[in-house]
Amino acid sequence: MTVPETIASAVPGAGSRTGTVAPAEVLRPHAEHAFADELKALAAADDRPRPVRWQLSPWAVATYLLGGTLPDGTVITPKYVGPRRIVEVAVTTLATDRALLLLGVPGTAKTWVSEHLAAAVSGDSTLLVQGTAGTPEEAVRYGWNYARLLAHGPSREALVPSPVMRAMSEGLTARVEELTRIPADVQDTLITILSEKTLPVPELGQEVQAVRGFNLIATANDRDRGVNDLSSALRRRFNTVVLPLPATPEAEVDIVSRRVDQIGRSLDLPAVPEGVEEIRRVVTVFRELRDGVTTDGRTKLKSPSGTLSTAEAISVVTGGLALAAHFGDGVLRPGDVAAGVLGAVVRDPAADRVVWQEYLETVVRERDGWKDFYRACREVSA
Amino acid sequence: MAPGASVRGGGTDHHVGDVTSAPDGGADESVRAVTSVPVDGADESVRPVTSVPGGGTDHHVGDVTSAPVGGTAGPVGSGSRAGRARAEGPLLLGVRHHGPGSARAVRAALDDRRPAAVLIEGPPEADGLVELAADQAMRPPVALLAHAVDDPGRSAFWPFAAFSPEWVAIRWALAHGAAVRFIDLPAAHTLAATDPTWGDGDEELHPELRIDPVAELADAAGYDDPERWWEDVIELRGATASADPTAPFAALAEAMGSLRETHGHGGHARDLVREAHMRLRLRAARKEFGDDDVAVVCGAWHVPALARKTTATADRALLKGLPKVKTGMTWVPWTHRRLARRSGYGAGIDAPGWYEHLFAVLDRPVERWMTKVAGLLRAEDRLVSPAHVIESVRLAETLAAMRGRPLAGLGETTDAVRAVMCDGSDVPLDLVRDRLVVGDILGEVPADAPAVPLQRDLDRLQRGLRLKPEAVEREVGLDLRKENDAARSRLLHRLRLLSVGWGEPVAGRGSTGTFRESWRLRWEPELHVRVAEAGVWGTTVASAATARAESRALEATSLADVTSLAEQCLLAGLGEALPVVMTALADRAALDTDVGHLAQALPALARSLRYGDVRATDTAALAEVAAGLAERIRVGLPPACTGLDADAAVDMRGHLDAVHTALALLPDNAGLTDRWARALRGLAGRDSVPGVIRGRAARLLLDEGRLDEDEAARLMGLALSPATPPADAAAWIEGFVGGASGGGMLLVHDERLLALVDAWLTGVTGEAFIDVLPLLRRTFSAYETGVRRTLGELVARGPSAATARPQAGTPGFAVHLDEERADAVLPVLRMLLGVDDLVGAGT
Repeated sequence: MTVPETIASAVPGAGSRTGTVAPAEVLRPHAEHAFADELKALAAADDRPRPVRWQLSPWAVATYLLGGTLPDGTVITPKYVGPRRIVEVAVTTLATDRALLLLGVPGTAKTWVSEHLAAAVSGDSTLLVQGTAGTPEEAVRYGWNYARLLAHGPSREALVPSPVMRAMSEGLTARVEELTRIPADVQDTLITILSEKTLPVPELGQEVQAVRGFNLIATANDRDRGVNDLSSALRRRFNTVVLPLPATPEAEVDIVSRRVDQIGRSLDLPAVPEGVEEIRRVVTVFRELRDGVTTDGRTKLKSPSGTLSTAEAISVVTGGLALAAHFGDGVLRPGDVAAGVLGAVVRDPAADRVVWQEYLETVVRERDGWKDFYRACREVSA
Repeated sequence: MAPGASVRGGGTDHHVGDVTSAPDGGADESVRAVTSVPVDGADESVRPVTSVPGGGTDHHVGDVTSAPVGGTAGPVGSGSRAGRARAEGPLLLGVRHHGPGSARAVRAALDDRRPAAVLIEGPPEADGLVELAADQAMRPPVALLAHAVDDPGRSAFWPFAAFSPEWVAIRWALAHGAAVRFIDLPAAHTLAATDPTWGDGDEELHPELRIDPVAELADAAGYDDPERWWEDVIELRGATASADPTAPFAALAEAMGSLRETHGHGGHARDLVREAHMRLRLRAARKEFGDDDVAVVCGAWHVPALARKTTATADRALLKGLPKVKTGMTWVPWTHRRLARRSGYGAGIDAPGWYEHLFAVLDRPVERWMTKVAGLLRAEDRLVSPAHVIESVRLAETLAAMRGRPLAGLGETTDAVRAVMCDGSDVPLDLVRDRLVVGDILGEVPADAPAVPLQRDLDRLQRGLRLKPEAVEREVGLDLRKENDAARSRLLHRLRLLSVGWGEPVAGRGSTGTFRESWRLRWEPELHVRVAEAGVWGTTVASAATARAESRALEATSLADVTSLAEQCLLAGLGEALPVVMTALADRAALDTDVGHLAQALPALARSLRYGDVRATDTAALAEVAAGLAERIRVGLPPACTGLDADAAVDMRGHLDAVHTALALLPDNAGLTDRWARALRGLAGRDSVPGVIRGRAARLLLDEGRLDEDEAARLMGLALSPATPPADAAAWIEGFVGGASGGGMLLVHDERLLALVDAWLTGVTGEAFIDVLPLLRRTFSAYETGVRRTLGELVARGPSAATARPQAGTPGFAVHLDEERADAVLPVLRMLLGVDDLVGAGT
C-alpha cells in the first residue's frame, strides 16, 4: 500500500535531504514536507524534554502519529489509526536508544509509520536503505567514488557514505525497509552498528562513531515466504513492534473498497455499483481464516498457510472486478471472486485445501445469503 | 466487602451507604422506619440531598445529644469529624479490596497505632473462625464461605489473598494479640435475600444509577482509566511516600466523603443497611476497647458512613425485620485464577499475580518482575538474556515516563515484555499472562476447618434418595425410567466427576439396554476427605460437578478427553456444563488435524445423543457439534487415506466403520449421509487409497444400496485384476468381505463376486499365494462355520454351476416355493402361537 520512494531520495549527496525541489511539484512529498506545518506547530507547543537531537519530545512524536488538538487549536491529523500502545512503544523504543523493528503482513502501514517516525524524530525521513535480495553491503556501510579513488587514492573524499553512515555521523534516524529481504550476511553488518555504535573504515584506518540521536527503524514482513530470517544476534538488538491488521471488519472493508476504487480508476475499469457486498464477503472470509475463528466468535477454524493480508484482499477484489467488467455483466458476482479467494487461501495444495474445504462445508454452506458464493467456490474447488 | 461477586471498578467498594451528613430531623427517620429493607429510591426523594454548610455542625451536636435515646450509642461523635481518621478516635482505614498498596499501608498504619481491636468488613459469623487464619497450615488465597445450612447451594464467598488489606490486618491482629471482629452485615441476612450475592443484583437493574467512586475520582484527576488512577495514586506509592502512615487514609477518606456528599448512595441502597450494622459493631467495639484502640479496615467507600454521626436507634431501625436463615461458615482454599475470574465467585481483579508480586517484593518491583518473566520464558526454551531484562526495564520505565505515570505499572511492563522479550508476539506473552500475571497459586486451609457445605448437601441427597453410605460393598441395579433411580444414577455420576469414588459402574447382568445401570457401591472413610477437597468446586454436588466438568473441559488436551467428558456430563445430568464442554469440543475438533482423532470422538458423541434421548435431556447443541464433527471428518478423510502403511490402513478402516455407524445415529442426517456417501464413492475409486479402505468403502455403499451389484462387481474386478499387487488385492478382499459384518453371506449370495475371488485366487502365482495366505485366512476364518462350509461347497461345485443357474438364489433352496412342504409346518406353528386361523396368514 505504500508508494515506492521517489527518485529524489536516491540522489546522492546532501542536497536531496534539504529538498531542493519545491514540495508541491513532486509526485509524493516526504512526510516532513507534507506535514511541515503540523511539525512546526507541535515543536512550538512542545515544552517537554527532548532527547538529544530530537526535533520533538517523545510525547509530541506520539501525538504527531496519533493525532490530536494542540492548545493553540492546531489540529494534528492522525497518521496511524490503530492501537495507541503500538505507537507509544515504538516512540519509547527510539527514545531508549534501541533500534526499532516494525513487523507486520503487507498492508499494515509499516513503511508509513517508519517514515513518519523518522520525520517527527529527526525531521528527515530520507535516510533510507531499501532492502532487496540484491542489497549489497555498500548500501549499509559505505561505497567508493572510484574516479576519485583512482585519481587520489583512498581518502575520506573518495568515500561514498551510506544513509546509515550519514545518520550515524549526524545523529539522525536511519530507515531500513524490508530488512528480511536483505541477504543474511549483509543484514549482519548492522550488528556492529547497533551494538558498538561505530562503523570502522579499515581502508582509511578510521571509524565513524555514531553521535547521540542516531537510531534505526527497520521494517519487515513476518509471514512472507522466501525471506532471510534475522539472526538471533541481530534480532536481540531490536525491540519489536507488530503492526496489527485492521481491528474491525468495517475498517478493513473501508480500506479495501477505497484502494480498489483507486486501482480500478487507474486501470480504467468501469465502476461497479454492487461491489460492496462482495468486498465485505472477501474481507470476511480473509479475516475469519486469518483469525482462526468466525466473526460471531462461535466456531474455531484452522488457518491456512497464506498471509491473507488486506493487500491480498485488494488484489482479489480488483481481479474480480476485471473479470466482471470484461467477461461478466459488469456486476461483481460471487463467481468473479471465488477463484481469486481460492488462490489466495490455498497456497499449500495438500494442507490448505483441507482447511478451505472445511471452511466451505462448515461455515459457508450454512450461512444465510452465501449460497451463490458457496456454489461458486464449489465449482472452482472441484 | 461485598460478599461473593464483587468489586471491580477500582476495587473500592461500589456499595454505597447513605451519604448526607446528619439526616435532618424526624422526617427522614420516619420514612426509613416504614420503608421495608432494602431501602431504595423512596429514601432518596425525601432525604435532603445537600447538607447545609455551616448549620451542619450545630445539627450534629443536636443529633449526638439525642444519641442516648438508643441506650448504647456511646460516644459516637466525640471529637471525630466526618471522613477523618485522626490521632484520637477509631482508626478508619479505607482500602481497595485486594490492593497491595492498601495492604502495605494498612500494615504500616497498624504498626504505628497498635490498636487492641481490628474490625474488618466481613461476616460476623466468621469471628469464631478467625483463629484459624494464624494456623501454620493456612495459606492464602483462601475464602470465607458462608452457606445456608438447609440449602447449601445458597452461599457467598469473601476471598482473601496474601495481598488483601483485610488479610494483612487479620494476620497483624493475630500476631499482636489484638481482637478481630467482622463487622459487615451477618451472612444470615445476606443469604436470606433472594440473590445470594446481595447488593450486586440491583447494579444490573439500574446500571445508570450506580456510580463507581474510583472512576469519579479518576475522572476528576484527568484519568480515563480508573484502575490506572488508583494504581498511580495509591498502589504505586512507595512506602516512604509519607511520614505519617495514616495520612493517605485520611486524604482518601476526605475524597470519598466529598464524593458521597455529591452522589448519595449512588445505586446501592442496600449498603445503607450494611453500614448501619458496621456502625453498631463499631460502637460496641469502642465501648469494649476504648475509643483510640480500635481500627477498622473496610472499603474506602464506607469510611464516610462509618465516621458519620447517627443514633444507634436509627441504625437498629434499619436492621429491623431483615430476613434470616441458619448459616454455616468455614474457610475454603481459593486460587489466584478464581480471584481473577470476574463472574461468579471471583474477586474481579485482573492481575492477582502481579499484585502479589508488588506486595511481596521489598524494592525494585519492575526489575524483579522482569527477572521473573525472563526466568519463565527461559524455562520454556526461549532465548532471554540479561541484556533483554535490562532493555525491558528501560523500556517500561521510559514508557511510564512518557505516559506520565509515577512508576511502571502492569500495562507498561507488559508492553515492554512484548516488544523486547517476545519479539512482538502475543503467544509467549499469553504464557506470561497466565502463569505470572494471574498465577497458579492454590491456597490451603487447615484440616480442622469446619465441614464444607458440599458434605451437607451430599448427606441430604443420600437421605432423600435412600442411598446410605455403607462400608460394605454392594451392587445396585438402577432402572433409569424410574425417577428415584435416575436421580441416584445422576448423583453417582456426579460424584465420579468430582473424584469421589463411592460407586463404580459395572457391566449389568446380561442387559445391554440403555435404561439399566449397575453400580458397585462402597463408602470408604477417606471419601470424606475427597468430599472436602471437592468443596473448592462448589457448595452442592450439582454445582461442584458442573464447575469441575467445565474446568476439565478447558484443561483437556485431547479431543477424546472432551468427548468422554461430554458423555459423562450427559450421564450425570449436568446440562449447565454442556455449553462449555460443547464449545471446548467444537474448538478442539476445529483445530485437530488428525482425522483419526475426530473419528474416535464421533461415536461417543453419537452414543451420547442416544443416552440423551433416554434421559430426556436437551441434546440439540450436542447434535449440532456432532454434525460439525462429521462434516470435518468427511472433508478431511480422503486426503488422510492416502499414503498409509498396512497397520495405519487397518486403523483407518476401523474409523471408517465407526463413523459410518455413528452417522446413522445422528438426527436429520439426510444431507450429511448423501455427502458422506459421495466421499465413500470417491475413496472406493481412488487408486492411491489402500486396498482395505477401498474395499470397505465399496462394501458400505453396497450395503446401503448406494452402489448396485454390477458396479460392485466392476470395482472388485478392478481391485483383483492382474495389475494389482496380490497383497493389495487381498487387503481389498479383507476390506470388502472381512470381519463379522456378514461378508461371508454376501459371497454366498452373489456368486459373481465369489467367482471373481475364486478366479483371482487361482490366478496368483505360487509365491504370491503364500504371501497373501495369512491375510486371506484371517478374512475367511472370521466367518461362521455354516457360511464357511457353504462357501466351500460352492467353490467345489465350480464356476460351471454358477453359470448354470444365473439367478443367484439362496443356496440350499429351490428357486420356487414348495407349498406342500410349507403347509406341513402350519399345525406346529398354530400350536406354538395358540391361534386357530393361521392359514393364509403365513406364506
